[in-house]
Amino acid sequence: MTIIVVEEDRDRAIAIVDALQVSGNYDVHVIGNVSGLARRIAALVPDVVLIDIDNPTRDMLEELTLASGPLDRPVAMFVSGAAGGLARDAVEAGLSAYVVDGLKPERLKPVLDAAIARFQMMRKMRRELAETRRALEERKVIDRAKGLLMKARGIEEEEAYALLRKAAMDQGRRVADVAEALVTASGLLL
Amino acid sequence: MKTVTLPVAYVPLVDAAPLIVASELGFAREEGIALELIAAPSWSSVRDMLAFGRVDAAHMLSPIPVAMALGLGGVTQPLSAVSILSVNGNVIGVSRALETRLRAAGYAFDFSDPIMAAKALAAVTDRPLVFGVPFPFSMHVELLNYWLEQTDLARIGFEVRTVPPPLMAQALAEGDVDAFCVGEPWGSVAVESQAGALLLPGSAIWAFAPEKVLAVRTDWAETEPHLLGKLMRAVWRAGRWLCAPDSRTSAAEILAHKSYLDLPSEVIDRALTGQFVISGQADQRQVPGFVEFHNGSANFPWRSQAKWIAHRLANRYGLEPGAARAAAAQVFRSDIYRTQMLATGADFPGASEKVEGTIRETTAVASQKGQLSLFKDAFFDGQIFDPHKF
Repeated sequence: MTIIVVEEDRDRAIAIVDALQVSGNYDVHVIGNVSGLARRIAALVPDVVLIDIDNPTRDMLEELTLASGPLDRPVAMFVSGAAGGLARDAVEAGLSAYVVDGLKPERLKPVLDAAIARFQMMRKMRRELAETRRALEERKVIDRAKGLLMKARGIEEEEAYALLRKAAMDQGRRVADVAEALVTASGLLL
Repeated sequence: MKTVTLPVAYVPLVDAAPLIVASELGFAREEGIALELIAAPSWSSVRDMLAFGRVDAAHMLSPIPVAMALGLGGVTQPLSAVSILSVNGNVIGVSRALETRLRAAGYAFDFSDPIMAAKALAAVTDRPLVFGVPFPFSMHVELLNYWLEQTDLARIGFEVRTVPPPLMAQALAEGDVDAFCVGEPWGSVAVESQAGALLLPGSAIWAFAPEKVLAVRTDWAETEPHLLGKLMRAVWRAGRWLCAPDSRTSAAEILAHKSYLDLPSEVIDRALTGQFVISGQADQRQVPGFVEFHNGSANFPWRSQAKWIAHRLANRYGLEPGAARAAAAQVFRSDIYRTQMLATGADFPGASEKVEGTIRETTAVASQKGQLSLFKDAFFDGQIFDPHKF
């Protein structure tokens, strides 16, 4: 069975390929560069195309599902019926799959199971990374705002933080948002 | 009262405004619901999130639910378009290279005449032009085909290719596409980034084209009529607010916010006011009613609009047009609209179908409560589409 993985990030692509290789003996190709995507996919004549649901280039792949599309075999997003539960799991994991019509569900299932597990793990990691980064950035902004207040008013750190917290509470906003507004505004005043 | 949160998917575009405003300005809260708005990176992602139950409702290109009912595009979950979110709102533009050739040939960029525009394009190319569109099932594709199929450009040939709008500027610069049809703000973004110039507003081709619909799963509409009604009414009130001229500045500011379109409000303002900058040389053009969120019974899902879309799709994809029109008529739910919108005091047309393309001026028509105004819905070539005459 020939599988194409559309993924620009090299490390993620390798992770998906590894997961697929463990689950069975497949011919896996990775396409990283999206220009002429549909035509390049057609040239490889795959049975399954896997792509991240959040990838904006996904709409280019929709042309694969059309009768007049570049693949002469009909393609569906998931086989209907038997794979119904799988389809939902995949969407929740952030994976979309284009599958050549007529591919037997028992052949497809191990592929999707492996890919879904990998996508779930990557999605979780990405979310955690984004959250950590945001928390770090917010803390930096709050520290800067505190510093500005301490300097402008000649107060201690604790008092500066209390001021920020009170302003946030009075305005029904987050401390990080108030801090950001203060930092931006003071940048303009300088 | 307990607030129910409804997850709703949208693509960050100017015409997602009714959903964003319903959430931001409290129209949803008034109905006792909260909207969890989920920005989607692609139309296929919106469709999948709705079809597979990740969201309960979506901002959707009007041809998508119709195409799904015809079995096109791989996903066949039955969807219902319960109201029209916006009418018109697309622009057609050309690359810088094509703009230069058109100007050299003396084309005036009037931003209004599709016949002259097609002639001008045909005169400056001897190879098929490639048009980028956001999605294979979109009003963009329908408008381009309708416009070009009878022109000299069709004899030279043209190709319509899917390019996600955020990548359109790059595709233009690299010569992958020569021209494009996109929804705002992407046309103005192309002008601002010096990637291209605007040629026509979509409304020049069809004066009243249903652009985005509020779509839900048909089974969800049946099991949750109460929630659906709340959502429809909140969105309808947001549309009414949006169409007041006084609201435009605030609307542009809300949409500009980084959690929505994340663009300068001045760029978003162009679609809302119809005041366009069409080229890098700062030519300005005015388009009255560039996008309509409410007036002229804009939100009423005419079954004849769905039939027009299905008729065009069927002919292009080799399906039986009669069966396609019949299937599509079941997708645009004028029946649900009538039932759910009663509580708003909104007035409805007496009929659920009209002969598309016959209205040349704003016209009063028979309605539930008396008289209702319908806006111009003519096609540029003067043709009409009678859903019963086949």
